[in-house]
Amino acid sequence: MPLQNYVTPHPYPGKLIIVEGIDGSGKSTQLDLLRKFLESEGHPVHFTEWNSSALVKDTTKKGKKKKSLTPTTFSILHCCDFAERLAYSIIPPLKGGMLVLADRYMYTAFARDVARGVSRKWVRNMYSYAPKPDIAFYFQITPEVSVQRILSGRPQLKYYEAGLDVMETDDPVESFSRFQGRIVGEYDEMVDEFGLTVIDGTRPIFTQQQEMRAIVDEKVGEYLEKSAPPRRAAASRRSSRKKAAPAKKTTRRKTSKTAG
Amino acid sequence: MAKRPPRWLGQGLSYAEIDDLPGRMIVLEGTDGVGRSAQIEMLSAWIESQGFGVVSTGWTRSRLMGPTIERAKSGHTLDARTFSLLYAADFADRLELQILPALRAGFVVVADRYVYTAFARDAVRGADPRWVRELFGFALEPDLVIYLDVDIDVLMPRILNGKGCTYWESGMDLKLADNIYDSCVAYQTQILEEFGKMSKEYGFDVVNASGPRENTQRAIRRRVQKVLDEIAAARGA
Repeated sequence: MPLQNYVTPHPYPGKLIIVEGIDGSGKSTQLDLLRKFLESEGHPVHFTEWNSSALVKDTTKKGKKKKSLTPTTFSILHCCDFAERLAYSIIPPLKGGMLVLADRYMYTAFARDVARGVSRKWVRNMYSYAPKPDIAFYFQITPEVSVQRILSGRPQLKYYEAGLDVMETDDPVESFSRFQGRIVGEYDEMVDEFGLTVIDGTRPIFTQQQEMRAIVDEKVGEYLEKSAPPRRAAASRRSSRKKAAPAKKTTRRKTSKTAG
Repeated sequence: MAKRPPRWLGQGLSYAEIDDLPGRMIVLEGTDGVGRSAQIEMLSAWIESQGFGVVSTGWTRSRLMGPTIERAKSGHTLDARTFSLLYAADFADRLELQILPALRAGFVVVADRYVYTAFARDAVRGADPRWVRELFGFALEPDLVIYLDVDIDVLMPRILNGKGCTYWESGMDLKLADNIYDSCVAYQTQILEEFGKMSKEYGFDVVNASGPRENTQRAIRRRVQKVLDEIAAARGA
């Protein structure tokens, strides 16, 4: 099917790295660490996150507040948000050769909206024109771990977040944990369908970050070599020369600090 | 004449029941400026005068999306795909919270435009027709789709006497011409062609809307009368 962009590699010079996982899986923390590392290396990074476009943000908020969103409107609204970001914050930086980091991508909709009751085929069609990520990390944790982490940090679960609109129970914790269970089920099935890279989200933050960086290096290392050449070249030239120069700089800085 | 069982246009809403819908849905389709609103006003009054409850609904009129779509239209920065999604959200909201409940309660729902409008606009913009049709696959198939047909030379004076050639209704995003009038003619001609194709594909009841309003209304009522007779027959049984 010609529509299915999302399973063939994109044609752009940039790279797209995305993270997925249920609430509390640690994906945002890990992406943030990766972003800081890549930026410090001098790569042109562009960050974008789920449900952040100005276009429908207020609409979604209003619908959530009134509890008037149905599984279908919830799903379409998130795709509106995605479509706008795709047109402005994802495709242009990819065309411009940038490294696009996305906190959640279409797989969030495939997992969450289906857990809410919309059809798999229908929601996949909606996103079928999205570019396939170069790396899609999936931070895997069990629903139990998610519940534990979320409840320890948040006083109250939100209505839609807990799936209270569809889970047929009034107990937020019960609803949340069952809803997360369904979402995990969908994610796990997508590992093969879309070739998601699984990271065990229960290990220490540092260990996960090391693994993430190794995978990034392995999969888009060639791109990274090219994307920040001047600084890298300069850095390696400096280090191959006498070590006296950087030492002097430090001394000078220290002196000026004392003087000020 | 018995009513055929309710059907989805495509895959449908997997979580919604439509087995028991005693109401009927009548759709008026037609391009910008053809005179749908005036016809719908007359038609609704007439249906009510015969004792049937009417709920009217219209494209982009949902409480959820209406203001957002207006805002989106006031900027000229969105691509066709995002617009289709905004329309789909609007339509889903009305379908689930307004149209289906009204049909369950036995009302006659009169809809000003339906998903065919989205299909026509997307086709003119060169989008893959399968994408938008699957997107709107959760729509309910109407009991009657009346298509108000006009020629471009009858349409243009009506547009100019109405809202005038606006940016979107002239397809200015498509850059078909360097001025709004020529763009409007080119765009509306293509939209009319798309509706013409869909008339056959979906079996619209085509009503010639070129003549005086009253004639058009008479032709519409003749078709709607059959639907009302069905409801009356079902109640009698």
